Amino acid sequence: MLTIIFDGIAYGMLLFVLACGLSVTLGLMNFINLAHGAFAMAGGYCTVILVNRLGVPFALGLPMAFLVTAVLGGLFERTLYVHVYARPHLDQVLFTIGLVFMAVAATDYTMGSSQQFVQIPEALQGQYNVFGIGMGKYRLLIIVVCGLLTIALQLILSKTRFGSRLRAAVDDQRVARGLGINVGAVFGITFAFGSGLAGLGGALGAEILGLDPTFPLKYMIYFLIVVTVGGTSSITGPFLASILLGIGDVAGKYYVPKLGAFVIYTIMIVVLLWRPQGLFARSTAR
Amino acid sequence: MAILETKGLEKRFGGIVAAHDVSIAIEQGARHALIGPNGAGKTTVINLLTGVLKPTAGTIMLDGRDITALDPHQRVRLGMARTFQINQLFLDLTPLETIGLAVSERLGLGGDWWRLVGSKHEVTEEIVEIAERFRLADVMHVRTATLPYGKQRLLEIALAFACRPRVLLLDEPAAGVPEAERHELLATIAALPAEVTVLLIEHDMDLVFSFADRISVLVNGSLFVDGAPEDVARDPRVRAVYLGEEADA
Amino acid sequence: MAAAGLVRPLDGAVTVMGALADDVSTYLKRRARWSPLEIAFWVFAFATIWLFPGKHLILTETAILALFALSLDLILGYAGIISLGQAAFFGFAGYFAGLVAKYGFIDEPVIALVVSGVAAAALGFLTSFLVLRGSDLTRLMVTLGVSLMLGELANRYSDITGGADGLQGVTIAPILGRFHFDMFGHTGYTYALIVLFVCFVIARRIVYSPFGLSLRAVKGNSLRASAIGIPIKWRLVAIYTASAFFAGIAGALLTQTTAFCSLDVLSLDRSADLLLVLIIGGTGYLYGGLIGAVIYKFLQDWVATLTPQYWQFWIGLVLVVIVLIGRQRFEGWIAGVRGAFAQLGTRQVTRPAALGSAAPDGH
Repeated sequence: MLTIIFDGIAYGMLLFVLACGLSVTLGLMNFINLAHGAFAMAGGYCTVILVNRLGVPFALGLPMAFLVTAVLGGLFERTLYVHVYARPHLDQVLFTIGLVFMAVAATDYTMGSSQQFVQIPEALQGQYNVFGIGMGKYRLLIIVVCGLLTIALQLILSKTRFGSRLRAAVDDQRVARGLGINVGAVFGITFAFGSGLAGLGGALGAEILGLDPTFPLKYMIYFLIVVTVGGTSSITGPFLASILLGIGDVAGKYYVPKLGAFVIYTIMIVVLLWRPQGLFARSTAR
Repeated sequence: MAILETKGLEKRFGGIVAAHDVSIAIEQGARHALIGPNGAGKTTVINLLTGVLKPTAGTIMLDGRDITALDPHQRVRLGMARTFQINQLFLDLTPLETIGLAVSERLGLGGDWWRLVGSKHEVTEEIVEIAERFRLADVMHVRTATLPYGKQRLLEIALAFACRPRVLLLDEPAAGVPEAERHELLATIAALPAEVTVLLIEHDMDLVFSFADRISVLVNGSLFVDGAPEDVARDPRVRAVYLGEEADA
Repeated sequence: MAAAGLVRPLDGAVTVMGALADDVSTYLKRRARWSPLEIAFWVFAFATIWLFPGKHLILTETAILALFALSLDLILGYAGIISLGQAAFFGFAGYFAGLVAKYGFIDEPVIALVVSGVAAAALGFLTSFLVLRGSDLTRLMVTLGVSLMLGELANRYSDITGGADGLQGVTIAPILGRFHFDMFGHTGYTYALIVLFVCFVIARRIVYSPFGLSLRAVKGNSLRASAIGIPIKWRLVAIYTASAFFAGIAGALLTQTTAFCSLDVLSLDRSADLLLVLIIGGTGYLYGGLIGAVIYKFLQDWVATLTPQYWQFWIGLVLVVIVLIGRQRFEGWIAGVRGAFAQLGTRQVTRPAALGSAAPDGH
């Protein structure tokens, strides 16, 4: 049972890293970016190419995934997304769905439709046995990396100037602008960073989640659930939501295999019925 | 018998008290004005009365019935209607359709999905009657968004009236209406039937004193003075708090 | 006490008012009449049965897509509800119709069709309460979530649904006991077209009714709508349920005309394609879904001959481009088409001359 919790935490933290960029984007610009999963996929494939085909060491492949995807995100943001910020939600949905379709098809075309596996170094294969709990080494790595990232994110948000600008802009964009905060730049940087995180998550998660061209479509709902349940006004909200969902999903699939996937959907529907703004959102959320 | 009554009405937004211990009793057929400086909480009171906001404390009674927990549309059904300070109209619809909607709903025909709009004669007759009364007959088929502001304001009131309310709440009906169109508006308000009880929020003192038979003064969310117009006008406290501030109002 | 003033017009004017009311009535009813363009549209639609005998299979798909799009237009164009989950009702009824046919619960297709539609409507009713709460995003989530959940269900219970292989062994009995489904889709197309037409007429009545008008009010200004006594929640539940009904009929039609049903009826692709159809055709005037479906199918057919495998890429590109150009501008280009069908629920600024001059002005 503890192994399940362990696996669930690993899964949840992975989800968090993948989804937190989406959460911030939504909270910051009220922008529904359904293409977020595509960036995750890009990171995954980037690492696959680097590690599998170009022989780059795994430890380097991960940060590269982050960098490449962050740059990609920044580019897309400046050239495409920026035109769609002021549009009604329906337009944003259509736009980002369009991007996803294009990304999926393009990936299918260039990389083939079969599932890709990242060559994990020897050291990370197998598991430790700690107090009778089987801890997969790879999953342990995920927990460590994601945990560090979460702490770093929280520190950035609360201790740095950029962080306070970001929080101000999320809280009230107009006032933030009035204070002289360059909301556009804040958003650009945040978007790039969030996409980079998604890419990193995609690379890390290739082993556990499975990487193929349909990745963005398959997992989009999970990211959206994290964001909806966790709310968009903090880091802790999506974090807790991810852990909850991660454990819920893993436990559900283990104990009730036939209906395992429903645990996540049911949690989402119940939460939305009870608190439409999400479990952890401020009561004055949009 | 008071047709509209509030007891200890209170509304808090977090730490801010927008309305505190507001107790008003309005008689049937009265012309009651609610005045006060900007930000005193007058629109909050109307929002509480109509159900747009739920009070943190207190009760509201309409004709002896406790309506505190009812939704806005339910209160309309019981005979309370309001206008908004800033026009809240259906910009893509015409006055004909707009008034028709209110009449239809009132007659219980609003949910009918098979009958064609315009096939019930009692509805169209009433629409025309109301349009006439509110001097909208000549613009009945014009899209609301393109109407001049004065006509929109008339439509705003006509729409509330079309609900045939027993109590009509007017939130600054003259606000933003250009001088040239004011006369029409004021005459229309003055011509409202005697059976309808009217609660009026206004800044325009001419309108208030010519129209109201009773005035309540709201300051910082609390009722300050409540009485006949002459008494309120003479009250030195009111002068100090409100009329004295008229220079910057 | 306020001066009474002139409360009612003088007696002579009452007769004028009575006449005015008649004029208004006539005007409103005239607006709801079928315009010549509409009649031409449907005459042509039915004529295609004889004009294009070799294309009946793809035309059937088009008719089904048109009905499906119509269902979304009812909630998107008239009530303002953004939904990514219409496929839930489409697929649910699709499987329902397939299963009742396969196991012989209901033999006669028309009855099965209606029952499947009602089943989808029931699902719509149950989920409508989820859709009422929260913001656009929440609604998007919930609608998407429900359709994905159903997809999961269909996948899991593959012993019932046939899973990825699809529902096998479905045979559809002759319609009304007489008209057999044939290989070339002749019966199927006529059937689908008639069903589309009947559903369209019903939708048209709804849109022109007081109920339809109240929906437009809710969409335009929900605050004011509730302030004039409209019970918003129940109206939205009603139209959402109706929309689920039509989507369900479309799904059941698909199963009945192809004698097959598979997982893709519940996919995100289907809901997304639907949005695209409505974008192309325009929302809020009922014909948008139909016209959009025709154009979409035409495009699909054409592009498929060029690049069959990566159709999704081009759809994505079209979506991105349309949004970038700006839906408003795009809608401006379609406005001409809308204008021609103008009576159906869009702003209409015709002032019958008699009314304008006869109305007595204020004093």
